Amino acid sequence: MIAPVDELPESIAELGDGLSRAGYLPGPATALVAYLAVRLGKPVLVEGPAGVGKTELAKALASCLGRELVRLQCYEGLDEAKALYEWNYRKQLLRIQAEAQGAGWNEVQDDIFGEEFLLARPLLSAISATSPVVLLIDEIDKTDQEFEALLLELLSDFQITIPELGRISATSQPVVVLTSNNSRELTEALKRRCLYLWLDYPTLEHELAIVRMHAPELADTVARKLVEVVGMVRELDLKKPPSIAESIDWARALLLLGARDIDEETFAQTMSVIVKHRTDLEIVAARVGVALAPASGE
Amino acid sequence: MNGPPAPRGIDARLLEFGEQLRAEGLAVGTSELLDAFDALGEVGWSERSAFQGALAATLAKSPEDRRVFDLVFERFLFRAVEAAALREGVTEWRGAEGQQLDAGEAARLDLDELRAQIAQALADFDEGAMRDLARLAIAAFGRANESPSGVIGVDVQRIRRALGLRSDAQPQLGEGDPRREGLPREALRHFEALLRLELERAQIERTEQLAPARPLGELDRALPSGPAADLAAVHRVVAQLRRRLASHGGEQRGRRRHDHIDIRRTMRSSLQTGGVPIVIKLRPRRPRRPELYVLCDVSTSVTSASVFFLSVLHALHDSFRRMRSFVFIERVSEVTEVFARERAFKAVSDAISRDAGVADVSGYTDYGRVWSEFRALVEDDLDPRATVIVLGDARTNGRDPRAGEFAALAAHAGRTFWLNPEPRLYWNYGDSVISAYAPFCEVFECWTARQLEDFVRSLSAAVPA
Repeated sequence: MIAPVDELPESIAELGDGLSRAGYLPGPATALVAYLAVRLGKPVLVEGPAGVGKTELAKALASCLGRELVRLQCYEGLDEAKALYEWNYRKQLLRIQAEAQGAGWNEVQDDIFGEEFLLARPLLSAISATSPVVLLIDEIDKTDQEFEALLLELLSDFQITIPELGRISATSQPVVVLTSNNSRELTEALKRRCLYLWLDYPTLEHELAIVRMHAPELADTVARKLVEVVGMVRELDLKKPPSIAESIDWARALLLLGARDIDEETFAQTMSVIVKHRTDLEIVAARVGVALAPASGE
Repeated sequence: MNGPPAPRGIDARLLEFGEQLRAEGLAVGTSELLDAFDALGEVGWSERSAFQGALAATLAKSPEDRRVFDLVFERFLFRAVEAAALREGVTEWRGAEGQQLDAGEAARLDLDELRAQIAQALADFDEGAMRDLARLAIAAFGRANESPSGVIGVDVQRIRRALGLRSDAQPQLGEGDPRREGLPREALRHFEALLRLELERAQIERTEQLAPARPLGELDRALPSGPAADLAAVHRVVAQLRRRLASHGGEQRGRRRHDHIDIRRTMRSSLQTGGVPIVIKLRPRRPRRPELYVLCDVSTSVTSASVFFLSVLHALHDSFRRMRSFVFIERVSEVTEVFARERAFKAVSDAISRDAGVADVSGYTDYGRVWSEFRALVEDDLDPRATVIVLGDARTNGRDPRAGEFAALAAHAGRTFWLNPEPRLYWNYGDSVISAYAPFCEVFECWTARQLEDFVRSLSAAVPA
């Protein structure tokens, strides 16, 4: 029933390398859990603050496994018609009218609730894809608890029940990644079906490696200074602490500006790359800006 | 499945481990344990971090759980190994044979080589190597002057110094020595923890008994954080509250003026009647933005709860745009401004206690007066869309509760809630008059983040059908 899965990674290190090649440097725990998810075919729930690369992990996983990424972005009020499936009622109606003469009611009814009239939404298309995909269910904490219940059947048995049609089982088993910003507690039932990975801001060395990977031309000293400063900024109580993506943006900005050091002036000019609230800007300028060396007269 | 087959007895040990996790309050069910077995089938067992990580991914499903998990794991492994060692009579430190082996090993070791190896392991943060080297380090340096001080912490520092491990740069050392640049602080701390563990092991062997396992203390298990974490918990609950209020608050109230037909759903249901739309489906009414009025008691009788209340207020302000907040003691005063101005919780609570203008002549709450003043302030704005939340203990100090005023308020507002920071047991004793107000609002006992969560949850259930 489930298509044989081709070329699964053989070791944690192999998957880790694959992810690195896809532009994602996993920490040891990340590589391990991703490996388990792929090998065991269990969904993995990734939680952590915004901007630590939860979504990126799914993308990198898709690209290193050579699979298509199916993404379901969650939001308040998301329902099954948008996530699972929907009947293509226009087509159904046309069918009814086309057959209005002659055909008996039973034939028409059997007809119009066939797969032909089904519009696959992300979840259905993920499990009915001919080759296995990576299914990303992004920001699951944004939905209502009712929607979580909808997911349970899919996550544990990889099947979807459509009342008019019966059960649709997966033709290929997707790797499922759910992400959550931890803005609300997810239900036990959902957690029970998933492997759990907590992603936090990376350690200094790890982030340095990430920045180097994405901005290799940046001088080593600047890169190190950059991650140190970002670490300092994250320590503050901000509305929105800088994410990894913003560190990388900042590195690229510095590269463009040709900065050779992060001094007070450079920082003041470019800090809006990593800090994006007016009140946050003030706090950061007052607490971090002054700690840096004043611009050397060049 | 690849990987080595499970050694006999491992399942029993794993179940025992699951038992211990349950005892510490983790929700470890059979399905989790089955997952754990599956996961262990996929990873190598020789590497401790992979072993631990695989178990954690299947058994511990929140950051708090993960922390408890790590502590229990450490304790379990340590005790399992030591118990086995005691049973088998294996020792490393005592007994002529062990002594000789140790001495021999230490002698064979090139001490400088050992220093370099340890430094390298720390620089690379190589968990496995650090663990092994910690044992060697104790063998080599721990007994240098033949008298372990008996205080483990002192011994750890002595060994660290002997190894020349420091986090700051040591330029006098040769080129290529990892210690030259200074070692990562994190790795140093970790190595010290390993040394400590090994020394504890040695102590158990000396005394030949295992101290009884003790359950984790509250302090151990809490994540290393302070009031900010409580604040975060409250914020999380309030975000949920917002969702509940938004979707369940006003929709049942007010008149149905007009409805919109939902073409899509009407067509869809018409298919059952051959395309003739017999049943008209209406578009669901969009919930309106809730307006929130929050009244917060800040008098001395609720001192213990007022920090909690203020954090609720603070969190509410982060989530709701259309919200006005008031604090009261004897009189009421609006503090919406303060929250709009200050962001940090500390600044807010300082500002309120300093200059919120709470005219408290006597320092005693006067609920009756508060109601009439509040009514005068907001009467024109109150409408059925509004939700009023009162945070207070309903202790009037013997003054007239003026429940009529409150009833009028509640009648104007859409929904009225009362969160009482006192345990239900104390309600209506002494000067508490909560029962006078209870008919006009929904009263909840609320002094922890969990109860706040219960309140939020019951919001959806409490909607009149």
